[in-house]
Amino acid sequence: MKKILIDCENVGFHYGHSTVLENISLQVRAGEFWALIGPNGSGKSTLIKIILGLLKPDEGTVKLFGHSAESFKQRERIGFVSQKSNSFNSGFPATVLEVVKSGLTRKVGLFKGFSKQDEQRAVDALKIVKMDSFSTSNIGELSGGQQQRVFIARALVGDPDLLIMDEPTVGIDQKNVASFYSMLNDLNREHGIAILLVTHEIDLVTELASHVACLNRSIHFHGVQSDYRKMDDEHISSWYGHPVRRVHASKGDMDK
Amino acid sequence: MISALLNFEFLQNAFLSGLIIGVIAPLLGLFIVVRRLALIADALSHVALAGIAGSLYLSQSVLFFSALNPIYLGMATAVGGSLLIERLRGAYKNFEELAIPIILSAGIGFGAIFISLAKGFGSDLVGYLFGSVSAVSRQDLWVIVTIAIVVIAFIRFFYKELFALSFDKEYAKVSGINGKIIQTVFMIIVALVIGASMRIVGILLVSSLMTIPVAAAIQLAKSFKGAMLLSITIGELSVIVGLFSAYHLDIAPGGTIVITSIIILLGVLGWNKFKGKKRVGKVKGDLMHDVG
Repeated sequence: MKKILIDCENVGFHYGHSTVLENISLQVRAGEFWALIGPNGSGKSTLIKIILGLLKPDEGTVKLFGHSAESFKQRERIGFVSQKSNSFNSGFPATVLEVVKSGLTRKVGLFKGFSKQDEQRAVDALKIVKMDSFSTSNIGELSGGQQQRVFIARALVGDPDLLIMDEPTVGIDQKNVASFYSMLNDLNREHGIAILLVTHEIDLVTELASHVACLNRSIHFHGVQSDYRKMDDEHISSWYGHPVRRVHASKGDMDK
Repeated sequence: MISALLNFEFLQNAFLSGLIIGVIAPLLGLFIVVRRLALIADALSHVALAGIAGSLYLSQSVLFFSALNPIYLGMATAVGGSLLIERLRGAYKNFEELAIPIILSAGIGFGAIFISLAKGFGSDLVGYLFGSVSAVSRQDLWVIVTIAIVVIAFIRFFYKELFALSFDKEYAKVSGINGKIIQTVFMIIVALVIGASMRIVGILLVSSLMTIPVAAAIQLAKSFKGAMLLSITIGELSVIVGLFSAYHLDIAPGGTIVITSIIILLGVLGWNKFKGKKRVGKVKGDLMHDVG
């Protein structure tokens, strides 16, 4: 049995009197690729914040790598990529290499600077996302899709076992979205990194993911991709809140 | 000025202090500017004004304060102000910038009260407001040297944490960087640098030495380290030119230092505009050539 990386048990969360999440139980194991889908306001980002330890659940428990999320210290085992628009000031004077190296801050430890070896690790991470030729470019000069690749390199540089991404394709043009997902596919298949991807793009992602979780305040479905694909669109529409019609893309389309 | 510099201790004090401040003010200023907190330096310098005015007022009647260098109470109130800003930023999570005008107003308010109670301080206060070449004592210089060592050690040891927090606060938090402690220490150090700088640049202009060289540097630099080196170079250039002109024209150095940095900034903006136009011209030319 593969190791459990994320273990949510009966998680509940409330903002004032309104319930955002209830009875969420979910397990992500090593090497799995999970797509967490749901409409806007369904609690996806809140659940991610709870998993990352940024919010404390009102009910239930979250364990990361077998430890309580709040006291979990080996943060470098998790790589996180947020929505591009939320994360940084595009006028910031920093090169791509400086940004990627910042992903090693915790791993290098206090009072120490980056070594040549750390720099090489950053270059290697950029190679994985095919951005090594941009290492001396200013981060603000890149396109949205290129910036997201750099942020994935920053998440990968610490050699994580798990990559958590909160709607990473927001603000990226459609042409680059497919190649972005194709890269995630490679990271999961070739590098064995487990992925938890939050998205509301239910077509492209559910083709790629090995597992799917459908969230709208509570979990309406979670399981392997083949079971998700068997569900009819009417059933999905009933919990999604509005009519949903899935278009199944082949993996070949994804790689183009 | 060179021969005077070799002969007069007060000039040596002013020049050395200026050179040190020209390094540490823009060095910290870069981290302030990229976090869009440029007004914090202004708020803290006005809180320092309250401390200095309070110290000068109390020195008229309390023996202890007559022997105390007003710069110490100025620094102490600036440090207190920096901690209060942090507390207020926590209290107004969705309006963090509100903390700055609140503390700035409190600083001016207390400053005005002490100045009125003392019925003015004459040239003493003018020196603190706009800086003075003649007012820097050897004791002031040693205080500035000590603060510079603290600042450089702090940046050296926490550079990567400060970069991560400045670039992407949320990511830094997720990756387990303790932003709260680093931010609090950072704010205390900013307050100390403001206290150290006000003898030379003056309370009203100290924030400009933290922000204007950075404003010019980020127009030119691609990397964070490049922006840091350029900010320091521009800061040093402004201090040297500013101090020489202040000495020869017999005016307050705060004004000449800041105006020099503004001239450099305008030059950089002009150069960038010229370069931009040249690039557009080249692209148009290439297009015409391609079409032709």
